Amino acid sequence: MADQEIDPHVASKTIIAPGYTFGTVTDQIATVVLTKRTPAFWFAGLSVGIVLLLVFLSAVGLLFVKGVGIWGLRTPVMWGFAITNFVWWIGIGHAGTLISAILLLLNQRWRNSINRFAEAMTLFAVSCAGMFPILHLGRPWLAYWLFPYPNTMGVQPNFRSPLVWDVFAVSTYATVSLLFWFVGLMPDLATLRDRTHNRVARFAYGILAMGWRGSAKHWSIYETASLLLAGLATPLVLSVHTVVSFDFTIAIVPGWHSTFFPPYFVAGAIYSGFAMVLALAIPLRAVYGLEGLITDKHLENSAKVMLATGLIVGYAYMMEFFSAWYTTNVYEHAAIWNRMTGPYKVAYWSLISCNILAPQFLWFKQIRSKPALLFLSSIVVLIGMWLERYVIIVSSLAQDYLPSSWSIFQATRWDWATYIGTIGLFLFLFFLFIRLLPMISIFEVRTLLPQAKVEEEVGN
Amino acid sequence: MNKPVYGLIAEFENPTALVAAARAAREKGYRRLDAYTPFPIEELTDALHLHHNKLSLIVLMGGILGGIAGYLLQYYVTVIYFPINIAGRPLHSWPSYIIITFEMTILFAAISCVLGLLGLCGLPMPYHPTFNVPRFALASRNRFFLCIEARDPLFDIKQTCAFLETLEPREVSEVAP
Repeated sequence: MADQEIDPHVASKTIIAPGYTFGTVTDQIATVVLTKRTPAFWFAGLSVGIVLLLVFLSAVGLLFVKGVGIWGLRTPVMWGFAITNFVWWIGIGHAGTLISAILLLLNQRWRNSINRFAEAMTLFAVSCAGMFPILHLGRPWLAYWLFPYPNTMGVQPNFRSPLVWDVFAVSTYATVSLLFWFVGLMPDLATLRDRTHNRVARFAYGILAMGWRGSAKHWSIYETASLLLAGLATPLVLSVHTVVSFDFTIAIVPGWHSTFFPPYFVAGAIYSGFAMVLALAIPLRAVYGLEGLITDKHLENSAKVMLATGLIVGYAYMMEFFSAWYTTNVYEHAAIWNRMTGPYKVAYWSLISCNILAPQFLWFKQIRSKPALLFLSSIVVLIGMWLERYVIIVSSLAQDYLPSSWSIFQATRWDWATYIGTIGLFLFLFFLFIRLLPMISIFEVRTLLPQAKVEEEVGN
Repeated sequence: MNKPVYGLIAEFENPTALVAAARAAREKGYRRLDAYTPFPIEELTDALHLHHNKLSLIVLMGGILGGIAGYLLQYYVTVIYFPINIAGRPLHSWPSYIIITFEMTILFAAISCVLGLLGLCGLPMPYHPTFNVPRFALASRNRFFLCIEARDPLFDIKQTCAFLETLEPREVSEVAP
């Protein structure tokens, strides 16, 4: 290929390596999809995804037969893994919308090469998240009862409940993310339609591209649409995790009932989301040789966002025990004390070390510029954020007001199978995505090239 | 009688040449113009005077409609259709309605944005005359096209072709309808 002379080391300071042209950018990204030779890495990744997906399907199959009792849900801990995983997955999704919408509004051009797969990550993470509240219903096949619709039972959802708000927030979020992603894909689908030699692929991409032809009239409307969708997605993404946090704060359980949960949850969501972006981008760019497009600068910027949101999360942890102490409420005191010294102390101190201590290494440029170390730290953060939700949910429920009803949550193998299974679902969808659709937005990367600038004549 | 054409299309190597050509064509008096590019070019929007579109208005209307629908849905269900007393709260407990009203506003606005985009662009449109030009496939890769359509009052196949040639394109071709 023509881009052999591109030196990834020069690219460490820029958001796109020098030497690319419109043609080579297009070819390099489109070839990943249009090639007949699929790398072994892809087959390996998809196989892991399929195996874990089968684990998920067996766990769900058993759940349909036997009910939620196969999980470790026992009074008083009725939320357990399901809600932990729900909050974890939906938080991961938030980084995709942050990159695609908020950074677009802030005119951060480095987002152009990572927004596509980050948005795909959002969609698939929201799909995984959506599984849990539905499976947790007890009778998952009646999930449509969550929506208000005219029915012969004459009953309706209670709109005063944060759980119903959550249904609307998450389903709106999934729909808007899908629309935003599709609108972003249209010009690239047209590129694939024009570049492929396979009749079936040309037909499929042609239908999906809707006849996009790059008309200036269309681009002008398209740019308005992107900005408007970004403007709509920005408050939406902030609202989604706020509403998720309302599931907790509106309840009066000690350790949940506090006003700083919304910003704390949003920061934690973006923190874990950027960790997932790094965990996906680092292996992908290595395998597909995309270091010229996803440069060290992108990794460094993502690491900086991770550090910043990690510090907000650390501050929130401190506020959590400060406000518990400041309320002078004995139940709040007990809840925090139990978290730190009670049966969940191992999980608690692990989450503190994962989420507060580990990101401190990201202050150092030497560490931020080493992809292997960044990958490691993002995995640590993902584990830490999962533990955080686990501790918030389980430790607060296990030991609430009445010591006689206290009971310790024991995860069963089906809890683990369902959780690991959704990771399989995520990998399965994600590997299909990188094989079938361009994982980097081709047209937006074209705009990053120096030759995309129109040189104005003097005096014009 | 000449065989009918959709227009004439000129191919350029870079955005600067295309924008200059679009300006020149506007100055010459051509109005039925369109350009085809692999990415959005802001200067081209200026050159072709494409600034106004109704999308913002459509999205605003969609958002307002969604907000009203969301609020009324909750009001109707909690006050009229299925009134239940929960902890002595008033039936019309509007602070609880804020979230869903907001979500429905965003949902309707986003859907109307995408439908508005497709509607204003006339998409989906599987067939368009420009696709008949063999080199037009490069409009989604690395080439920049300017098309003067036959319905332009100044359009004359010979003169327009001669004019396009003066803009130093890579190639000028006829577009079959």
